[in-house]
Amino acid sequence: MSRLQVVSGKGGTGKTTVAAALALALATEGKRTLLVEVEGRQGIAQLFETEALPYEERKIAVAPGGGEVYALAIDAERALLDYLQMFYKLGGAGRALKKLGAIDFATTIAPGVRDVLLTGKACEAVRRRERDGRPVYDHVVMDAPPTGRITRFLNVNDEVAGLARIGPIHHQAQAVMGVLKSPDTAVHLVTLLEEMPVQETADGVAELRAAGLPVGRVVVNMVRPQVLDEAAVRAASGDHREAIARTLAGAGVAGAAGLVEPLLDQAAEHARRVELERDQRAVLDGIGLPAYELPYLGDGADIAGLYRLAKELRKQGVGAA
Amino acid sequence: MTEKTPGPADGGPVPPAGAGLDAVPFLDIDPVLDDRGTRIIVCCGAGGVGKTTTAAALGVRAAERGRRVVVLTIDPARRLAQSMGIDALDNTPRRVDGIKGSDGGELHAMMLDMKRTFDEIVEAHADPARARAILENPFYQSLSAGFAGTQEYMAMEKLGQLRARDEWDLIVVDTPPSRSALDFLDAPKRLGSFLDGKFIKLLMAPAKVGGRAGMKFLNVGMSMMTGTLGKLLGGQFLGDVQTFVAAMDTMFGGFRTRADATYRLLQAPGTAFLVVAAPERDALREAAYFVERLAAEGMPLAGLVLNRVHGSGAARLSAERARAAAENLDEGRIVDQGPGKTGQRGAPATSSEPSHPATAAVSPARPSASEAAPTADASEEHSSRDTGPDSTGPDTGQDSTTDPDTGPDSTGPDTDPELARLTAGLLRLHAERMRVLAREQHTRDRFTALHPEVAVTEVAALPGDVHDLAGLRAIGERLSTPRDRS
Ligand SMILES: Nc1ncnc2c1ncn2[C@@H]1O[C@H](COP(=O)(O)OP(=O)(O)OP(=O)(O)O)[C@@H](O)[C@H]1O
Ligand SMILES: Nc1ncnc2c1ncn2[C@@H]1O[C@H](COP(=O)(O)OP(=O)(O)OP(=O)(O)O)[C@@H](O)[C@H]1O
Ligand SMILES: [Mg+2]
Ligand SMILES: [Mg+2]
Repeated sequence: MSRLQVVSGKGGTGKTTVAAALALALATEGKRTLLVEVEGRQGIAQLFETEALPYEERKIAVAPGGGEVYALAIDAERALLDYLQMFYKLGGAGRALKKLGAIDFATTIAPGVRDVLLTGKACEAVRRRERDGRPVYDHVVMDAPPTGRITRFLNVNDEVAGLARIGPIHHQAQAVMGVLKSPDTAVHLVTLLEEMPVQETADGVAELRAAGLPVGRVVVNMVRPQVLDEAAVRAASGDHREAIARTLAGAGVAGAAGLVEPLLDQAAEHARRVELERDQRAVLDGIGLPAYELPYLGDGADIAGLYRLAKELRKQGVGAA
Repeated sequence: MTEKTPGPADGGPVPPAGAGLDAVPFLDIDPVLDDRGTRIIVCCGAGGVGKTTTAAALGVRAAERGRRVVVLTIDPARRLAQSMGIDALDNTPRRVDGIKGSDGGELHAMMLDMKRTFDEIVEAHADPARARAILENPFYQSLSAGFAGTQEYMAMEKLGQLRARDEWDLIVVDTPPSRSALDFLDAPKRLGSFLDGKFIKLLMAPAKVGGRAGMKFLNVGMSMMTGTLGKLLGGQFLGDVQTFVAAMDTMFGGFRTRADATYRLLQAPGTAFLVVAAPERDALREAAYFVERLAAEGMPLAGLVLNRVHGSGAARLSAERARAAAENLDEGRIVDQGPGKTGQRGAPATSSEPSHPATAAVSPARPSASEAAPTADASEEHSSRDTGPDSTGPDTGQDSTTDPDTGPDSTGPDTDPELARLTAGLLRLHAERMRVLAREQHTRDRFTALHPEVAVTEVAALPGDVHDLAGLRAIGERLSTPRDRS
């Protein structure tokens, strides 16, 4: 599996959840993964129910089987100041720049600088090695910006290398692009079986491919069980109402007669959804990418839910050597 | 985790969806739409909750109630845009056909093109030569194509423009799919103050302040800084920025002034904010932040739209009872043994597998059954199952009892297996639905505990996407009906 796993997808489809589950799943015995967040929202801390993450890599979980998951919330401003410090020994001048609004400018408004810093930091973690030459992290999983921005985010280094034609940012941009466009990287897109996210996924994959970025998998999230198929529902809404009422009563349900209608309504809705989902699956099949499927967690995606999802991912091959 | 709505805590059968809302005021949309004093409605909220859909639905409803409306949408779903005839990005409102306006109501709609909007500002405020220089500047091109805050800023800008045209008596504004609902309020200020700010003035300062006494210090700082930035970004880039700044010179002051003016517009009494949320933890947390922020800014909140809420017409049948009954059917057991013997939960046998070639990987009908097995991670243990009796998963099948009222004669031992399977499916579906209801209720209660003063309206989840006028009308109908379900 690629060293850098980038998780994108339409807003709210479960990028943060899936990235965390993936980091857990990849941390098999003796392995160490780093989960990074780039949008400054402390989504990882919320998910793992810990206090806000500082700008520092820290252990956040032990995966089933004993691997370790570290987490880092990359902060562009801090990354830039560190960077300036590292290259220019700026000291107090960094603060002066900040006062003038230059840091704010560079990290939030100047085209792409922020994204260069964020991707740069992630790639640095991918490349970092122990003294014995082993990588510090076996995998780095990034909770990335949404589909609409992902190509531009990852490709920003090309853009910036063009805008800033010399200087350390230029060099860094090129080095980062080297990692991002190699098989060391895989960009996954999370989707639901709904029209908009599926459409966005199809568009996103096309965009990533056009930009020469390595597309990994589609992750179909919140897949709900298919309890009844359409045929059954159609049969049910025929003239079986009385028989169903009798069966319900026989199974111990009180007041069965009054329940048949609403239960059948729910079934019809369900059938409709199943049908829509089938259409969306067909669109996804058309993209021609392998997929992971994750179940809908009725109790919400809390820590326990994360472990379930990680287990599910392992079942589907994540973390297998 | 134990907040409860200050409401009638009846311990009876699971109340239908919306019971938690008894305690909170209902957000009555129609009077807001009908009030000619309402000039701007802003739909905001976390990503993907239904802001665009709500904005469009309100537009349709207001127009059909006689208002002359324009809806400013941002990144609408393709089919929705097509159905409104606004898929052509030309950055101006188009009249939407098919509105059944009674008394002269009209709907116009547009989709924001942020780059065009930015270009138009430049074109409107600079002479042609200067405008061209700006539009061709690489720094400008990157900035206008969408970096942090540009979309939010341009949405505000467009709102200001539409309001100034005064052709519509109601403007409904959608907000960008931001990472946070607050970005909509913060980003324009940020960009505006950058464009008008100290830093950008300094960038063009060497020429301007160089001669003045007392500014030497600044100059030293400046050259050190441009030197550093130059090294960092490459001199060429900084050159581009400086050219950009010089070309924009005449426009400075304008950005912040306009952003401020729009901000004030949002605080005016004719404005109504609707915070849209799904009944999910994150979306509601975001909604709560937003509500607090609006109050702090003195911006008028109309209320919360709780979108995609589930209901059930069979809510009096609890999840456990439904599940227990389904298990009875699985095991071919009819209930004449009296209560207490239903504990045995074997593997679901054949029950959960629909006979057709299940489309791709479909999880078993009882999603958590396998995880409840002893092999589950220890970590699952701290899943605090606090979401009420209906969300406790299948484990509780153990102690549920069958209904004693059901006479043993209600069915013969010859229950058709096909029918049994079908009925078991109906029951499982229902159990799942009740679990969703309980969870939604729980998250909603947390919100109302924090903000009991906020009026709320619920919109049921439709089984399919919303992508035509009929769908928007249906949403509008639900928006304006109290406690609707299914
Ligand atoms: N498999 C799942 N089952 C149930 N709920 C889920 C699942 N995956 C995610 N969720 C829930 O869906 C919501 C959105 O998930 P998440 O925050 O991971 O999405 P996101 O794509 O990172 O969102 P954003 O675009 O806001 O960053 C959360 O409330 C999360 O708990
Ligand atoms: N009540 C509803 N029932 C069913 N589907 C709905 C409902 N409301 C919205 N949807 C669907 O949910 C999806 C997202 O809605 P919408 O685009 O309005 O969200 P949004 O908040 O504008 O998202 P974004 O933050 O990405 O702009 C759409 O496919 C829409 O059709
Ligand atoms: Mg996220
Ligand atoms: Mg939208």
